[in-house]
Amino acid sequence: MSITAREGWTVLHGMMFGAAFLLAFAGGFAGLYSLRPEWVTAEGIKERMLRLKVGMWAMAAVAWATVITGSYVVYPWYRSADKTSAKSILLANAGTAEWHNFGMEWKEHVGWLAPIAATVVAFAVTYYGPALAKKVGQRRALMIFFVVAFATAAIAGVFGAFLNKVAPVR
Amino acid sequence: MTSTSQPQELSDTPVAVALLAGGIGSAVLGLMTLLAEASTNIKTALTWSKPVGALAGKTGWAVIAFFVSWIVMHFVFRGKNVNFARFTTFALILLVFALLATFPPFFDLFAP
Repeated sequence: MSITAREGWTVLHGMMFGAAFLLAFAGGFAGLYSLRPEWVTAEGIKERMLRLKVGMWAMAAVAWATVITGSYVVYPWYRSADKTSAKSILLANAGTAEWHNFGMEWKEHVGWLAPIAATVVAFAVTYYGPALAKKVGQRRALMIFFVVAFATAAIAGVFGAFLNKVAPVR
Repeated sequence: MTSTSQPQELSDTPVAVALLAGGIGSAVLGLMTLLAEASTNIKTALTWSKPVGALAGKTGWAVIAFFVSWIVMHFVFRGKNVNFARFTTFALILLVFALLATFPPFFDLFAP
């Protein structure tokens, strides 16, 4: 059941950091969406605020960890000029080339939008605190940014999983 | 007679600024992606790290633009009441551009 160091880093990037972000989204979105005075008492809003703030900053931190480990640790192994690198293997075959030309090319860029958007949301939630419950338009803007963070991370995550299946980094 | 003080409403400016900075950082990533595709010289200039390739410069400039624009706008708009809706609209337009510009079938159009 041993794995190589490179496989270990790939797991850390995708299945630990990336997966944690994607899983936490549901809770974060539910927290943001339900932060309304007509649904939750003032005491309830105060109670969940700390959880929301900590959760949002944790998500932002994990998003940054995901893209940094992905781009600076795993990606160099993936794109090495070596004929046995994942990229070389994918491009050597017309049937698999699009996994790189479309899948990796999309994933490596769009994934970086997630930590940027997540950081903005974490800041805003911290700044407003319980007052966010009364700010309908502002909360809607933050939810849009939060959904964008999730969508871009999901694109990167899905293609990452498939790429690692078709041409694993070893 | 006693006067009751009303709690001061929080200004939306810091959040508007943060949203716009997020849009700017994202748009810079999109722009760098298009430029790298269009020009090998720019692609080379963005290769801040050989193992990572041009992705290092593209994302590097995006992160710099995000944080620097946030800091600069924070000081420019500090104490002022900005139009939150307008800032959000700009931010979302920039975000849409970033999503489009980082989509391979789109940025491939810029290849020479």
